[in-house]
Amino acid sequence: MPGKLKVKIVAGRHLPVMDRASDLTDAFVEVKFGNTTFKTDVYHKSLNPQWNSEWFKFEVDDEDLQDEPLQITVLDHDTYSANDAIGKVYIDIDPLLYSEAATVISGWFPIYDTIHGIRGEINVVVKVDLFNDLNRFRQSSCGVKFFCTTSIPKCYRAVIIHGFVEELVVNEDPEYQWIDRIRTPRASNEARQRLISLMSGELQRKIGLKVLEMRGNAVVGYLQCFDLEGESGLVVRAIGTACTLDKLSSTAAFLPACNSPSKEMKEIPFNEDPNPNTHSSGPSTPLKNQTYSFSPSKSYSRQSSSSDTDLSLTPKTGMGSGSAGKEGGPFKALLRQQTQSALEQREFPFFTLTAFPPGFLVHVGGVVSARSVKLLDRIHNPDEPETRDAWWAEIRQEIKSHAKALGCHAVVGYSESTSICEEVCILSASGTAAVLNPRFLQDGTVEGCLEQRQEENLPAGCGFCHIPYDELNMPFPAHLTYCYSCRKQKVPDVLFTTIDLPTDATVIGKGCLIQARLCRLKKKAQAEANATAISNLLPFMEYEVHTQLMNKLKLKGMNALFGLRIQITVGENMLMGLASATGVYLTALPTPGGIQIAGKTPNDGSYEQHISHMQKKINDTIAKNKELYEINPPEIPEEIIGSPIPEPRQRSRLLRSQSESSDEVIELDLSHGKKDAFVLEIDDTDAMEDVHSLLTDVPPPSGFYSCNTEIMPGINNWTSEIQMFTSVRVSRLSNINLTNQTLNKNFNDLCENLLKSLYFKLRSMIPCCLCHVNFTVSLPEDELIQVTVTAVAITFDKHQAVQTTKTHVEKSLQRASTDNEELLQFPLELCTDSLASHTFSPAKEHLESASSNSGIPAAQRAVSVEKASPLTEGHFRQRSAPCANSTVGVVKMTPLSFIPGAKITKYLGIINMFFIRETTSLREEGGVSGFLHAFIAEVFAMVRAHVAALGGNAVVSYIMKQCVFMENPNKNQAQCLINVSGDAVIFVRESELEIISPQQPVASCQPACSGGEIAT
Amino acid sequence: MTNELDIFVGNTTLIDEDVYRLWLDGYSVNDAVGLRVRSGILEQTGATAGVLQSDTMDHYRTFHMLERLLHTPPKLLHQLVFQIPPSRQALLIERYYTFDEAFVREVLGKKLSKGTKKDLDDISTKTGVTLKSCRRQFDNFKRVFKVVEEMRGSLAGNIQQHFLLSDRLARDYAAVVFFANNRFETGKKKLQYLTFGDLAFCAELMIQNWTPGAVGEAPPFPSPSLDSQVDDMDVDLDKEFLQDLKELKVLVADKDLLDLHKSLVCTALRGKLSIFPEMEANFKNLSRGLVNIASKLTHTKDVRDLFVDLVEKFIEPCRSDRWLLNDVRLFLNQYSASVHSLDGFRHQALWDRYMVTLRSCLLRMYHD
Repeated sequence: MPGKLKVKIVAGRHLPVMDRASDLTDAFVEVKFGNTTFKTDVYHKSLNPQWNSEWFKFEVDDEDLQDEPLQITVLDHDTYSANDAIGKVYIDIDPLLYSEAATVISGWFPIYDTIHGIRGEINVVVKVDLFNDLNRFRQSSCGVKFFCTTSIPKCYRAVIIHGFVEELVVNEDPEYQWIDRIRTPRASNEARQRLISLMSGELQRKIGLKVLEMRGNAVVGYLQCFDLEGESGLVVRAIGTACTLDKLSSTAAFLPACNSPSKEMKEIPFNEDPNPNTHSSGPSTPLKNQTYSFSPSKSYSRQSSSSDTDLSLTPKTGMGSGSAGKEGGPFKALLRQQTQSALEQREFPFFTLTAFPPGFLVHVGGVVSARSVKLLDRIHNPDEPETRDAWWAEIRQEIKSHAKALGCHAVVGYSESTSICEEVCILSASGTAAVLNPRFLQDGTVEGCLEQRQEENLPAGCGFCHIPYDELNMPFPAHLTYCYSCRKQKVPDVLFTTIDLPTDATVIGKGCLIQARLCRLKKKAQAEANATAISNLLPFMEYEVHTQLMNKLKLKGMNALFGLRIQITVGENMLMGLASATGVYLTALPTPGGIQIAGKTPNDGSYEQHISHMQKKINDTIAKNKELYEINPPEIPEEIIGSPIPEPRQRSRLLRSQSESSDEVIELDLSHGKKDAFVLEIDDTDAMEDVHSLLTDVPPPSGFYSCNTEIMPGINNWTSEIQMFTSVRVSRLSNINLTNQTLNKNFNDLCENLLKSLYFKLRSMIPCCLCHVNFTVSLPEDELIQVTVTAVAITFDKHQAVQTTKTHVEKSLQRASTDNEELLQFPLELCTDSLASHTFSPAKEHLESASSNSGIPAAQRAVSVEKASPLTEGHFRQRSAPCANSTVGVVKMTPLSFIPGAKITKYLGIINMFFIRETTSLREEGGVSGFLHAFIAEVFAMVRAHVAALGGNAVVSYIMKQCVFMENPNKNQAQCLINVSGDAVIFVRESELEIISPQQPVASCQPACSGGEIAT
Repeated sequence: MTNELDIFVGNTTLIDEDVYRLWLDGYSVNDAVGLRVRSGILEQTGATAGVLQSDTMDHYRTFHMLERLLHTPPKLLHQLVFQIPPSRQALLIERYYTFDEAFVREVLGKKLSKGTKKDLDDISTKTGVTLKSCRRQFDNFKRVFKVVEEMRGSLAGNIQQHFLLSDRLARDYAAVVFFANNRFETGKKKLQYLTFGDLAFCAELMIQNWTPGAVGEAPPFPSPSLDSQVDDMDVDLDKEFLQDLKELKVLVADKDLLDLHKSLVCTALRGKLSIFPEMEANFKNLSRGLVNIASKLTHTKDVRDLFVDLVEKFIEPCRSDRWLLNDVRLFLNQYSASVHSLDGFRHQALWDRYMVTLRSCLLRMYHD
């Protein structure tokens, strides 16, 4: 009996009128967990009932605690007929299971009904008493922390990064069960919501078990997805990176300046670590040069991560590993050997992280991706999902071998996705092949070693650009030069990656969002034939997407892409490809050449004229872009640069590996010929189209920047004003005479117009940057294209921030004084609790502004830490006093892992929510737009309410993973499914930290006071 | 290619003040887009008409969803669906309840019923305020009226508390409610020159001085729920007071008293008024007018005609004799003060309660 769950129903408000006669409601509440149900008394005739119930106590296994959601149903009592349901609240109690996240969930939750939406609110208090259970063979994994954030969370330090964890569970979709024919839509929706909630709880628990086996205590970069396979079932799958994390303030070794409140020490091992010696000592390798001087230490051995995949997944022979020691000097080989030994043990040396601790990433090879087309069949036995497991294992194996071909042993920034249409499913995986520093992957890590090494390292982080493969035995034709930074190593002419820009990378100018958009018509077909048709189209799409990206990159005068995400969506009669990435100019890479247009019929005069006209336009655009993004690299005398390796001019080559059955996996190389000029032959219509699409992309209006990475290279003086938003568009194609060209144009216009609308809507925030712009395309019906965008707009200080401490202090003084009157919303215990966990780096902002000229975001470098001493009771009272008449506290939401101008002091747990909304009165609810607008607003509200109830004031790494919208206007019906996730956190404004810490350190409750400011 | 669905949802609800105004003014999406185009926004921002259309639709949809909450403003503060900074919430509410001068002059004093609502078409044509906007304003009046009608305590205070309006706007609504409840006639042609401000000013004084709440010694209300006969504190005129006003009749009925009053006033004002002869000649008429108005206020019909009577019996005669505002002020001051020297008159307090308010009203109303 390892846990006791306690629930108290306090009150309701704004309930809907359920009794037309009296205009009132007789409400009561059912509280259900597992198979146990409690009820409150009926509160008669009120829209604002005060139940003030006793504590309902559930005694449950911790396995159930992890799997089951707490289900609260509000009903209207009816003496004569059945009680009417008003709505439900599902509460995921997982955050209460970590020893240091939230201790109580308490607050107002929107009461949600899948047919009517939000109908009033209910005030609930939830607590969990966990009993220690030392059973080694337990099935639960309480205590393993989950983070959506794809970097090491801000107030933690990675001791070991263990590696890839994955799991999937399958079930029948209640929507497709026979019973669905006789039950109400509401019942069916609720069955689905509940099932998915259960499945994701189970999935999380299973992943947690794997992490414990690997002796980790956390999962970072946790990405959970649903595949609605229709008839054949429902798949919930998740991937993540297992880590051992330490709370930053608790490691004195980290920085001498760090003052760790001693009581914090107790909290460090947040799982029962059976082997406390793991981080004790190991071979210390003092390194002068990161790349070369690896001492050939003993090969690290560790138990292989166990996964329950039954398949034998031994790497194919002859793939990559042979090329290792052949050429390229002994150092490289050594490095490779060592890393290899660390990684080879692993089934899949994959990391879902996109940003890394300094020194972790040694070299980056390039993007690796694999796709496979599958025919869905019914999942017969949900307990053994081996088919789906096998599919993914196959793809991962493919990715692994591609990485090897690039001379890399690991894949970072790894992600997986699916696109399903009827019974065809495209599975995709992509990542960035990389060589990693083995230190983080070992149990025997030397603490502190990392910090010492940073300064004496390579000049200005160009190391990651250096090629990991042998230049004479390249996996694909590439154009290599000596690194423009260190002049010692070879670098490629362009670099594509799926990760964020490393913090130590030097860039020139600013970055920008680059998108490639593509549609291809496909004949309608059934089953096998359909899958084959898709398989045949895929490589061409990949190739064209790639060409477009390359062209646009050159047009921007840049030489590297970060955060590349290529989405291929399958529909009834077409395939859509959308690639988004952030282009930057890396100083280490060569200046990109221009784009040269060549015609094939040189004798035609007017044609020549046309071509030269185009050429001029392109050249002008490149020049304009260079100015716009402030790209002005220093001139470098030619002779210093190593002569290019002779290589026939070549546009691109495709490596296709054909696997049996109907799937196909391809890899694209990144070579695009000579650097001086990129030739476009506009004789073929495709190229013509390319040129046109190049020139139709309108740059954002002045004062606007956009990127799809966490931060915009070249901008770092963010202000605290942020606005997260979701925008959805569904376009209907006029179905007559659709050609690839018109389709492309339509799709291109759709995306461009959407961006233009965003710029217009957010114009009041100028100067501002749209960060983490995330486009998702789906093809819900024959002629419908749906594009969903989620991003955050952040304003920045146009004039470089020259804030002196004085003005800063003054400002915050003012703010602090006004704040005293502001409101506060979370309970006392939370505030005191989280107090001890702070480390402060208030100097960050100053550092950032100081370093802005060099263009290096200083986020990682600023590590000045201030003292944190416990807050005095008196001060606290004073602050919390005015909370009595509180209105709704502000909760910020952002897809980024940080909040500008603020410090995250505590992670409260993962938010992972799934909602269904259905209507049979579409017109009355304002049509499809009105329906979806209201629904998304409600989803935001429910996320905010859950975060607030956990005691948080923000969601970071927020992502809308799914937004499936279906309509039937003839029947006046529509249905939408939304899945969102993120990390609930408490943040404190840096300015508040500064002003308060000298006399009395910050209460973490303070951010709630910032309600007066402009909030997200 | 057409957009079937086009939405933008921010974690903080975006509010465009200009679009909000257009929405409140009752323009359709297309009209609003047209007006925005004419404002030159396309040139300023480089946006296209399509973008503007989509943006306007989005805002309209948001406002439409917010409207339900705006009907009960405290709900806007406590709801969870739209995250709106407090200053913006206040702006939304204030603007939603703000009304047009032209519109309110048409409706002021009318019964806030379905019948009047049907006339909104005509009002819209007459005032140039769109029908939609007229409806909103009318419904606001009606909603506020219904909520505070039965309430005790300060009228403006109640409105402010339940609708979270600014002090100024709450007082204006108090005037609207007061006029609607007492059905004062304000639509007659000869009253057209009076602005809403004039009338609201008068209403406020009347609320302060002529309602049961004004007396300070609120009538004991043991169980207000049972005793529905008890007058509302601020909304109705004090019946007892109106009854008492009959006593003032003696000032004109008693010929000696009237003569004495006249001589007191004339002595005091001789040489101070530019229109002294006219005043002397008209004194009895004017005095009869003012006192008769007071004594007739027990009849509902005469209460409704209060402003008509004031204009007919006092303002028009003075105006035709070209009295200056200062003349009127001096006269009224002296006229009310002199009564204290009339030994035979016993209702000094009553007189003051009547005249202090009336004097201020008349002065405010005395303009072209």
